[in-house]
Amino acid sequence: MTDIPSPGRRGFLRRSIAIVPAAGALTATGFVAGQQAVAQTASTAATPSPSAYAPSYFHAQEWAFVQAAVARLIPSDDTGPGAIEAGVPEFIDRQMEGVFGHAGLWYMQGPFVPSSPLFGYQGKMLPREVYRAGIAATDAWCKQHKGGKHFAELAAVAQDEVLKGLDGGTIQFAEVGAKDFFTFLLQNTKEGYFSDPIHGGNKNAVAWKMIGFPGARADFLDWVQKPGVHYPLPPVSINGPQG
Amino acid sequence: MANIKKPSVDAVLVGFGWTGAIMGMELTAAGLKVLALERGENRDTVPDFAYPRITDELSYGIRGKLFQNLSKETVTIRHTPADVAVPYRQHGSFLLGDGVGGAGVHWNGHHWRALPADLQLRSTYEARYGKKFIPEGMYLQDFGVTYDELEPHFDMFEKICGTAGKAGNIKGQIQAGGNPFEGWRANEFPLPPLASPNSAVLFEKAARELGYHPFPQAAANASRAYTNPHGAQLGPCNFCGFCERYGCYMYAKASPQTTLLPTLMKRPNFELRTRSHVQRVNMSPDGKRATGVTYIDAQGNEVEQPADLVVLCAYQMHNVRLLLLSNIGKKYDPATGEGVVGRSYAYQLNGGAALHFDKDQPMNPFVGAGASGHAMDDFDGDNFDHGPLGFVGGATINCINTGGRPIQQLSLPAGTPTWGAAWKKAAKENYVYQTSVGSQGSVMAYRDNYLDLDPTYKDAFGQPLLRMTFDWKDNDMAMTAFIGSKVEQIAKAMGPKHISMGFKKKGEHYDVRPYQSTHNTGGAIMGTDPKTSAINRYLQTWDVPNVFVMGASAFPQNFGYNPTAVVGALAYWSAKAIREKYLKNPGALA
Repeated sequence: MTDIPSPGRRGFLRRSIAIVPAAGALTATGFVAGQQAVAQTASTAATPSPSAYAPSYFHAQEWAFVQAAVARLIPSDDTGPGAIEAGVPEFIDRQMEGVFGHAGLWYMQGPFVPSSPLFGYQGKMLPREVYRAGIAATDAWCKQHKGGKHFAELAAVAQDEVLKGLDGGTIQFAEVGAKDFFTFLLQNTKEGYFSDPIHGGNKNAVAWKMIGFPGARADFLDWVQKPGVHYPLPPVSINGPQG
Repeated sequence: MANIKKPSVDAVLVGFGWTGAIMGMELTAAGLKVLALERGENRDTVPDFAYPRITDELSYGIRGKLFQNLSKETVTIRHTPADVAVPYRQHGSFLLGDGVGGAGVHWNGHHWRALPADLQLRSTYEARYGKKFIPEGMYLQDFGVTYDELEPHFDMFEKICGTAGKAGNIKGQIQAGGNPFEGWRANEFPLPPLASPNSAVLFEKAARELGYHPFPQAAANASRAYTNPHGAQLGPCNFCGFCERYGCYMYAKASPQTTLLPTLMKRPNFELRTRSHVQRVNMSPDGKRATGVTYIDAQGNEVEQPADLVVLCAYQMHNVRLLLLSNIGKKYDPATGEGVVGRSYAYQLNGGAALHFDKDQPMNPFVGAGASGHAMDDFDGDNFDHGPLGFVGGATINCINTGGRPIQQLSLPAGTPTWGAAWKKAAKENYVYQTSVGSQGSVMAYRDNYLDLDPTYKDAFGQPLLRMTFDWKDNDMAMTAFIGSKVEQIAKAMGPKHISMGFKKKGEHYDVRPYQSTHNTGGAIMGTDPKTSAINRYLQTWDVPNVFVMGASAFPQNFGYNPTAVVGALAYWSAKAIREKYLKNPGALA
């Protein structure tokens, strides 16, 4: 992806790096300094370790579930990084403690009437409560139907079967809507994969690099009509370059 | 909390988005002491929309940082009058605005004048196809104002916004490169069109070679530096790809903040009070005049604000709800078809084709502006013969690339699994090569699509929520099926590797979950007959002459265009009538 003429490239790089906000390392202006900053970030950022983050909402058994489940929803393979490398579990844990987990911006007054899915989530439980109940119910279902094991202890193929059951309605729970639970889990997994790294997921913008989204660059006047030309620059975060 | 009574003002504006800002400008210019009450917070380009924070897709695009907080107030929805409505608990189908600028902050800036025939729809159809062509239960009506009357106000609003586009009809002369179907205009657009992204270049060629008439989408995204008639300065759009759902960090997208407020906020006879949530319009004991409004301030005090003139400038649904809560106008009853407030709620029926190209044709979807691309009007309004087709209405067809924000805008070929290795592989292989051809279609008004107050659910202050009764009708489904066949034809001609069609089909019901359109209309419609309209042709309520109602709540039915330019022009039209007629003799104007 280097099919842009070099003089324009140099000028464009300088300009777009200059508008990237104060990353700690980016103290000088200009293309060379920017390159150094990128290199520096790359060399110091080790592959994120999922265990390095201590969850604040999920307890240990739930945390094992979340890590196992997101690793199947977006697996690691030769195509590119999965949800674990992207830090999706950390993202979801942080969402549980924030506005989303508490349904802070949703109308949550009763009565709560069972209705067609066309009207959206109509439950009384907050998303964080749906997660807690959904994880417990899924683990209980697995112990009953999958040889006494928790979800996280199952082989990948068996985990996929369980997730398909939640998604497709063949597994149902009395305590919580299995489909509601799966819908939140999948939505938050993709959000954690693709959102700006400031939210705890998409570590080092790995998902943006994989698909080719430049992130917070947000300045493309020179790129409006470039048929047949791939955009050459790596993504940046709101917090600056990502190694 | 205390009860407070404030000194009287000449005019109080309820809500401070586009129409509040326009009314504020026009009524202060007439010398009135004007107060705007906005229930949300104050917002401006800096600090609220500043780079880089505004490029946060999760916070703005997905969680909706700029949208109405539904925990305090929402609307309930059902499909038929026989159903029990349930709350619209999360944002989905439409995105309600909040705060100074309202939804005028997080729109895309598609700038459309109505077609002359759109404003006289019943007359047009009856003359061309006969009365019997209009189906039973469809409320087709004329606006009561004509295109010729609105033309100077369309022109004014384009100049305010610094709209970028290419005229198709200047004083009756068809202009090459513009929309040949548009109504006449006195002037060319203030700015030349925005450049079109890769995908729209393909669309334009494909549509033109099929014999259609594509043209650059008129955009309230400045294509050059611009100074508007009030001296407000806009900068050129840089195609950042964060437009709808976001405020503009480049001062390029027209909003009240970038076009009107720099002047208005300095006028000594203007005052803005934010976090002031109007509860009702107060009425004289005989119910014939409004005496002002009552609102709850940020501290929870109940404040009585006397005013000689009350102008409702909130969003379509909120205007209708305020009329219902204040007992202004007769409430609509679908059983009898009588009453006017809540009548003729309408929406839009959109569709699209997702296109995925080969590796030698990157679309770079992140290179986008809210209104960057091409559109065509060949199958919109009454620009084509409906006779053999048998439906009322139509749609614009476009290829507009607003951005490629991956949580919301990643598009994958139909049949791709929604998770797992195959989903990830498809995301990697398709993202850079994705685009779409879309349609924006009209929805007519019907006897049993309407608004009233919900009997069960309440807002944070204990007042009833608005209730929406709405579902798709066969007429509009026939329209979208026809449009879908045209979209597919154009999409194929663009030469993608894969096309996935997404058009609703007869028998499908309204699904509030996926985003569709924040072009909700009706409920307080304008017209010439008080039996079938809530406000007259000057947007004045028939029953209470010192209450005016702005916004798309005035549309008798919806069309295939984004409504903002019509909403803006109607506000200028109404303001002119207030200044030139009403203030001299404060009574009924029609």
